[in-house]
Amino acid sequence: MNFPVLSAITFTPLLLALIVLIIPKSKENWIRWATTILSLIPLALAIYIYIVVQADPGKMHFMEEYSWIPAIDVYYRMGVDGLSAIMLVLTTLLSTLCYYYAIYTIKNRVKEFYFLFLILQVGMSGVFVSLDFIFFYVFWEIGLVPMYLLIGVWGGERRIYASIKFFLYTLAGSMAMLLAIIAVYLETGTFNILEAAAAQPFAGNFVLSAVAFWAFFIAFAIKVPIFPFHTWLPDAHTEAPTTGSVILAGVLLKLGAYGLIRIVLPMFPKPFAYFSYNVPIIPILAVISIVYGALVCMAQWDLKRLIAYSSVSHMGYVTLGISAAAASLALPGGGGPEAVTSAIIGLNGASLQLFTHGIITGGLFFLVGMIYDRTHTRQIKDYGGLGSKLPYYYGIVMVTGFASLGLPGLAGFWSEFFVFRGAFAIMPVYAAIGVLGIVFTAAYILWKIVQFIFLGDFDQEKWDRVTHNAELTDMKTFEKVTMWPLVILMVLIGLYPSLVVRLLNGVSTALFGNF
Amino acid sequence: MQEFFFSLTWLVPVFPFLAFIIIILFTQKNNKLSHSISIGSMVLSWLLGWGVVFSAITTPHLGEHPFRITIPWFPTGTSTFDIGIWVDPLMAVTLFMVPFVCLMIFIYSVGYMGYGTDEVDPHYSRFFAYIALFATGMLGLVISENLLTLFISWEIMGLCSYLLIGFWFQKNYKDPNKITPRQAGLKAFLVTKVGDLFLMLGILYLYSQAGSLSYADTLFNHEFLKQLASTPALPIFGGWSAASAIAALMFGGAVGKSAQFPLHVWLPDAMEGPTPVSALIHAATMVSAGVFLVARIFPLLNVVVELDHTNPAMGLIAFIGAFTAIFSSLIAVAQKDIKGVLAFSTISQLGYMIAALGIGAYVAGTFHLITHAFFKALLFMGSGSVIIGCHHEQDMMEMGGLKDKMPRTFWTFLAGGLALSGFPLITAGFWSKDEILAHAWHEFLHQGVISWPFFVWLLLTIAAFITAFYTARQISLTFLGKPRGHHAEHAHETPNTMTVPLILLAFFALTLGFVGIPEEIVGQGNNWLHNFIGHEYAATPLSIPIMLLSGSLAIGGLGIGWLVYGRKPLLQGEMDPLEQGMKKIRLGWLYEAMRNKFYFDELYQVIFIQGSIKLAEIFYNFDYKWVVDPFINLIARVSRGISDLLNQFDEKVVDGLVNLTGLSGITLADLSGVTDNKVVDGLVNGIADMTGWVGEKVLSPIQTGKVQNYLLIALISMLAIIGIYLVY
Repeated sequence: MNFPVLSAITFTPLLLALIVLIIPKSKENWIRWATTILSLIPLALAIYIYIVVQADPGKMHFMEEYSWIPAIDVYYRMGVDGLSAIMLVLTTLLSTLCYYYAIYTIKNRVKEFYFLFLILQVGMSGVFVSLDFIFFYVFWEIGLVPMYLLIGVWGGERRIYASIKFFLYTLAGSMAMLLAIIAVYLETGTFNILEAAAAQPFAGNFVLSAVAFWAFFIAFAIKVPIFPFHTWLPDAHTEAPTTGSVILAGVLLKLGAYGLIRIVLPMFPKPFAYFSYNVPIIPILAVISIVYGALVCMAQWDLKRLIAYSSVSHMGYVTLGISAAAASLALPGGGGPEAVTSAIIGLNGASLQLFTHGIITGGLFFLVGMIYDRTHTRQIKDYGGLGSKLPYYYGIVMVTGFASLGLPGLAGFWSEFFVFRGAFAIMPVYAAIGVLGIVFTAAYILWKIVQFIFLGDFDQEKWDRVTHNAELTDMKTFEKVTMWPLVILMVLIGLYPSLVVRLLNGVSTALFGNF
Repeated sequence: MQEFFFSLTWLVPVFPFLAFIIIILFTQKNNKLSHSISIGSMVLSWLLGWGVVFSAITTPHLGEHPFRITIPWFPTGTSTFDIGIWVDPLMAVTLFMVPFVCLMIFIYSVGYMGYGTDEVDPHYSRFFAYIALFATGMLGLVISENLLTLFISWEIMGLCSYLLIGFWFQKNYKDPNKITPRQAGLKAFLVTKVGDLFLMLGILYLYSQAGSLSYADTLFNHEFLKQLASTPALPIFGGWSAASAIAALMFGGAVGKSAQFPLHVWLPDAMEGPTPVSALIHAATMVSAGVFLVARIFPLLNVVVELDHTNPAMGLIAFIGAFTAIFSSLIAVAQKDIKGVLAFSTISQLGYMIAALGIGAYVAGTFHLITHAFFKALLFMGSGSVIIGCHHEQDMMEMGGLKDKMPRTFWTFLAGGLALSGFPLITAGFWSKDEILAHAWHEFLHQGVISWPFFVWLLLTIAAFITAFYTARQISLTFLGKPRGHHAEHAHETPNTMTVPLILLAFFALTLGFVGIPEEIVGQGNNWLHNFIGHEYAATPLSIPIMLLSGSLAIGGLGIGWLVYGRKPLLQGEMDPLEQGMKKIRLGWLYEAMRNKFYFDELYQVIFIQGSIKLAEIFYNFDYKWVVDPFINLIARVSRGISDLLNQFDEKVVDGLVNLTGLSGITLADLSGVTDNKVVDGLVNGIADMTGWVGEKVLSPIQTGKVQNYLLIALISMLAIIGIYLVY
């Protein structure tokens, strides 16, 4: 038997969590450094998987399958293709960066923090490798609790409200998903995600398939989040500690979109196409998320809340890309090979956005955390003129900000471009409205973030007043170390998108080969 | 030999890109090293670029067989997207201009940014990094083989423009209504971004029609173009063909980048940037990128004319160009800022080029693009020299009498001014502008008075006169008479790093026009420029009356300008004679409107800026205060009410579910002062112990009720689904 790579990548963090439990509470530095260094193991495994999957990204690799609960046919079933591989790289990379960043920033309850965070990593990694519904669901729920506690214990002033809102909202989604999973099981007799998709549950009955589709869709839409299911996000982000925000924006939101691509699109192509093309509810919600989310950002004066809303807007691109791909299936006459290519490009864009938004917005939350740790204010109006005082920080924020607004040459551009490329060919009206989001995004990033915080004259008196004489220091070494991997990825993917797109394209092409 | 240079073309933008990376990452602290790297990289680009240009000139039939190499970049389904380089005549003439002008401006910047003086800019190295990145973008745009890399380069220039306009980002003015550099940069970025959206939509449209963005597959594939010209466009375009619609969308990008009406508002404010930037980006190169784009997609425009004899998209282009040309020349007349005049003059000249392309004068438009780049860069750098010489004074009313104090600047500025006015025979601007007017006249004779060419001809001819007039005004106010301010009193000539580039540019501003003299004058088949870039289009026939007319308009405009401003130069505190004159004949309101740029800034401020801020606030309130979030809370409250009822009805179910809510109680436990241990222990040992405590504590806050509700609802709906399933 081969080495179970996927079990290893999923459960190494669990092992680390147990190690953390054993280390005495007083040895805080041991806990910090042991977690950070050992977390390089799953990261290395993810990179190994990324390399191996290159050979044939459309197929499942490293399959593991053991009977788990035979009575109800539940299996321990794992596998990765190009999409999961990319998501694993994202998860392990951001987790390691969070562990590292937390060494210097989490001062109280270190042991608990690392323990919970490691459990969270188990949940996230597990979702991306599971090929069994129950298994998937278990991991999905595992991620919920630690995140809830991360917000509730290490969060800001309104952390209790925010954490409970987060918990209940996502739990509501989970319930819908559980019901749908049971329904699919009753119909197909299997919890195997791939087999269930191949069986096309309820294909003969549009009403039932639509009901099941919406159950899944809403569960995932809450997580993404898609308008109007998004109001938990600004509260959760605003109150979460820096690392919590990073992982929330960087990975947790991606679980929902991953579910749409991995489960909903292959399993319910007809209803997905119907509600994307004939009754275009989904693209309308996507476009609302994009434009409305971006406009709402312009009205924010709280830095974290602004970036939280920007996630709503940016994840709208993901929804638009997926629904464009789905809509291609409903085109009159099938649309021909051109439509298939457009659908694949659109889906590539959506999947790529998962990764690029992860590194870019993760980076933005790190950057906000860094300034917040100095000043203890998130109010945009409290800042001003920092560009000349913190040139290094200013430079990194500029690169990340421009990546976020989709400047060509940086990572964010490609996902947007691919999404719009796919969407324009299939649903030009929604693409044309959606591009408006680009202007508003540029406006809130350059106006609200860059101009208010960095440009203009620095006013020492005001600074002392609002920050209670905070020390004005540029980025420290650990902050640079945290940001550089993300910045390098933004530039590398910007210059050579194939690094990621090759794998995603394999997955999308294989998926559309099946339809 | 030619192949050798062609195959190295891709290196041209790579040199400045490396310079940018090296300066930003490593040499920011060392001014001398930074500018050496930047200028050095530009020298390499220039030498290699001109190698390519001269190889292109000596390659026979390059127009029919452009040189192209591509490599795969990323996969798109089962095919790949390739990038590469494209060497054709249009690319070659642009590549003649860009690296040379860039190099001149790079050298000039050493002096302008105060190298070796006490006034050296604190971000001197960063400036050289940014302009190197800008050169990367412009050169990348010129050598691109497809519209996607063109678009990427285009956006990189937009970024550099933003960074460089706002280069002095700390600057504040006493007058709160005066736009600061940082605001001007933001304005430029956002306004051009609006145009870029159209360009992006055009590219997406073309991509979805062609399945490719390569020039070889699209713009230079005549079969495809013909097919596109006979495909109806999306319904929103009325009865246009897809080719017209795509071209019109892409033209939107040019309107933004080349500052055409109605997106012209950003360019005048862009003058807040350092003057080399104004010269480089906002006069010579970046703003010409819009015109370059329209020239690039000219086959797409032309194919519709071939099939239908008329193209509505070209009408649009001609109208915008001609209107912009005259509209902004009127504004230029009333400006007091030396760079303000040049900014509107640039907009106006870009309008000439756009209008030329809109009436099908491909060669003339391109010709003017190249000559204008030289003389306008010269004028801007001359004005920069004046500004430095006058210790950062920019108001022409405070100048005067600089002719003798700054002789090199004066004579080169005069050369540039004559070229801008189209002074007959000995300036480059004359030949290119005349060709545009001649083409318009010629087309008008064919198509009659109710036609775009007539409109274009009429407006551009009037604008030509105004151009000469404001040029004479500017030169007189700046250089003639006696100094009207103490800065001008103490003016001094600028260092060689600034004046030598002026002299080199002045040479081209006077002579470059000789490459495109009509063949009626130089002999059949000797119009070199037309032979090189326009072999597939008919040459513009020479029209002696038109040439005489445009020559006399230039001389007349200059002469009247001199009579008003130069013969009896303005004294200190005296009112602008034009203002006096217009007030006398009750046109004072018009003068005010011209000086205030016809109030477009104010209009846009109210409609777009404040409008979108208001809209943003309304949306946010809708989201968080009025509708979406309150609705969620309402659901929570309602379901809590239901659950309270159920609670009484069936305690057992609720009890069971309460256990699950224990999870959410942990945070509360923490809040209530339960120690650390309990959090982790609670997780590790099981939650059971806490349940009783939690049940009691947790039932009171609003939120916890929801967990039960959701679970209950879940249970009920699960039963419902199973029910539906069994029924069906």
